[in-house]
Amino acid sequence: MKRILIIGATSAIATACARRWAAHEATFFLVGRNAEKLGQVADDLAARGATVYTHVLDLNHFDQHAATLDACYAALGQVDVALVAHGTLPDQKACEQDAQLAVQEFTNNGLSVIALLTDLANRMEARRSGCIAVISSVAGDRGRPSNYLYGAAKGAVTDFCSGLRGRLFKAGVQVLTIKPGFVDTPMTQGLPLPGLLLATPDKVAKDIVHAVEKRRDTLYTPWFWRLIMLIIIHIPGLIFKRLGL
Amino acid sequence: MSDNLYSWGRYPPHPQTAIPCHWRADIRQALADRVSRHGTLLPFGNGRSYGDSCLAASDQVLYMRPLDRFIAANWETGLIRAEAGVTLDEVLAVAIPKGWFLPVTPGTRFITLGGALANDVHGKNHHIKGTFGRHVPRFGLVRSDRDPLVCSTTENPEFYAATIGGLGLTGIIDWVELQLAPIRSSLIDATNVRFGSLDEFFAISAELDPSHEFTVSWIDCLARGKSAGRGIYMAGNHAEEGPLAYEDNAKLNVPFTPPFSAINQLSLRLFNNTYYRAHRAGRHNSRIGYEPFFYPLDRILNWNRIYGPRGFQQYQCAIPDANAAAATKALLDAIAAAHSGSFLAVLKRFGDVASPGLLSFPLPGATLALDFPQRGKITANLFARLDAIVREAGGRQYPAKDAHMSGADFRGAYPAFEQMITLSDPVISSRFWRRVTT
Ligand SMILES: Cc1cc2nc3c(=O)[nH]c(=O)nc-3n(C[C@H](O)[C@H](O)[C@H](O)COP(=O)(O)OP(=O)(O)OC[C@H]3O[C@@H](n4cnc5c(N)ncnc54)[C@H](O)[C@@H]3O)c2cc1C
Ligand SMILES: NC(=O)c1ccc[n+]([C@@H]2O[C@H](COP(=O)([O-])OP(=O)(O)OC[C@H]3O[C@@H](n4cnc5c(N)ncnc54)[C@H](OP(=O)(O)O)[C@@H]3O)[C@@H](O)[C@H]2O)c1
Repeated sequence: MKRILIIGATSAIATACARRWAAHEATFFLVGRNAEKLGQVADDLAARGATVYTHVLDLNHFDQHAATLDACYAALGQVDVALVAHGTLPDQKACEQDAQLAVQEFTNNGLSVIALLTDLANRMEARRSGCIAVISSVAGDRGRPSNYLYGAAKGAVTDFCSGLRGRLFKAGVQVLTIKPGFVDTPMTQGLPLPGLLLATPDKVAKDIVHAVEKRRDTLYTPWFWRLIMLIIIHIPGLIFKRLGL
Repeated sequence: MSDNLYSWGRYPPHPQTAIPCHWRADIRQALADRVSRHGTLLPFGNGRSYGDSCLAASDQVLYMRPLDRFIAANWETGLIRAEAGVTLDEVLAVAIPKGWFLPVTPGTRFITLGGALANDVHGKNHHIKGTFGRHVPRFGLVRSDRDPLVCSTTENPEFYAATIGGLGLTGIIDWVELQLAPIRSSLIDATNVRFGSLDEFFAISAELDPSHEFTVSWIDCLARGKSAGRGIYMAGNHAEEGPLAYEDNAKLNVPFTPPFSAINQLSLRLFNNTYYRAHRAGRHNSRIGYEPFFYPLDRILNWNRIYGPRGFQQYQCAIPDANAAAATKALLDAIAAAHSGSFLAVLKRFGDVASPGLLSFPLPGATLALDFPQRGKITANLFARLDAIVREAGGRQYPAKDAHMSGADFRGAYPAFEQMITLSDPVISSRFWRRVTT
């Protein structure tokens, strides 16, 4: 029986992961900011046979992170897997004109994750087991003009996780950085993404569950994004800035 | 984003723009939006209807497939409630290990609960269990002109009857309650019987239907003369013992539409002959998985693409018992004479369990279904001949498969259509509905 904490549990990718875990008996502590949606996700997992607790929290309220994690440990006793999935896709053009919006988006996608992980890491470290799986993005590998606010926040998360991994390794805690490419979810709805590169949430979830099982450090999903990003990272700056990607 | 949806036959070829529905709250939003823009839309499940009944008059559909959550399940009684976009396959994945199966299933498991209800689909057990709608005690309906409704035989019964088999026209079904059937094993005890003529088919069907929950026959629709009406009768029951295992064997895929149809005279004749001969004469029993028994076609994902860019049509009709034998023979003769037809010709006897929907298709009698490559006039001429036979015999066509029936034929065979006009939602319309009501 796995005990699983999901932050941003209304996410389509997180839901797909949870269903896969629920197929083999699991207890969930689901955190999300919209109570109605959170209830619908919880009902789905309960009908599949899981035990489910829910907790409403907007992750931007840093002062409530500790109380949320207290409630989680009170309900689950122990956390085997913590999946951090919440996020928003900022309107890059709008962020270029509005510093307040830019900071708000950076906070939601970057700082709120760092704040949460800071507290959670100490609790996991003390118990010396489990996995912290964090959904970052391929966008965090290199800032691109079309998307650099989001990219910067995800880049911060990726770097933070890299350091945290080295620290928690000694305590036997796995830190998995998940870098999806384009996934067909409400977040990307309406974007003109190339159909061939667009993965389903379930395909990505299958990879995530597998990577948790195998105690991997970093996951590109679907796999070919590792190659795509390898190329993107190695394009010389002189050329890269002219590509307008 | 899954835009550009088509119906299964890819004919008529009208790409549909999808408005995806991820949360139940999105439905009211989408309807309100149509009201304010004076537009219309149509709910779209998983696009497994063949013709134009799942195509919107506006070519803009509310794509229900992402709405795929279970809401509640009682695994003691087998009563589940789920959002309308959940597929039968997703129900099986969760239900089988707990000892439950679908009460009724069509020949594909890739359809949504909402789509199953809106066409009041039937399966191989129609003669015992009736249609899908009979196993749906309640469902939710969201309309543009009133608050959301719960529908059952006692709550809003007029919308209950109109929505089952209601072709998506009465509103958006947001959730469905389904009574599952208990099983001991996911295996099927199957019996195959080869028959040489239609008379033989009707005799075997009368003998074996009562003792087998599931029955269907494949017919060699190209056979003429002495071999006319030959085929294989396939019957089965849930096995009493064995594993409770979800099966997912879809491995093959047709990744793109070839520039021409792979289905022609030669490939068909070859297939039909080989298929018939692959079954030995006499009766044969075997114990097989539910997947090859119910869903042989699901093994090849996107098999509909083999018909090429012009697509194909399915012709499915039901003929009342009194005329079933004669009309079926006349239909097969007309098809064989036209040198047209398919590897998928299916014949089954419906039972007399009443359907709950105003426009439900099944009636006590025989149903025949065949696929035809789309060939313009050739297909139209043949269909006109078949329609005349069906009309004469007091039968009717199945809207879920239809891209051709005339308004007069529809209105004659489904007299309840007038009630449907008054009960349909003002911002919902389909290409099919526009075609048969105007
Ligand atoms: C290989 C194959 C075998 C088949 N075998 C059978 C068979 O044996 N018996 C049988 O009866 N049928 C059979 N069918 C037809 C199929 O079962 C029906 O067409 C079914 O309704 C398709 O469901 P869908 O979810 O794909 O819905 P769609 O085809 O997308 O839509 C079907 C109808 O449902 C409406 N609808 C969809 N969702 C909703 C909703 N949430 N609320 C209100 N209305 C909605 C649509 O507007 C449309 O009118 C078969 C189809 C295939 C491809
Ligand atoms: N989809 C992609 O192509 C893609 C690619 C790379 C990475 N990712 C990452 O994958 C993760 C999951 O996204 P998704 O694709 O599954 O999209 P999604 O379905 O839109 O999920 C994002 C979820 O995060 C929640 N959320 C956002 N801010 C929150 C906050 N402050 N507090 C609590 N919950 C919050 C949202 O809740 P509400 O519903 O209440 O708004 C939403 O349910 C995200 O981190 C995203 O950045 C996605």
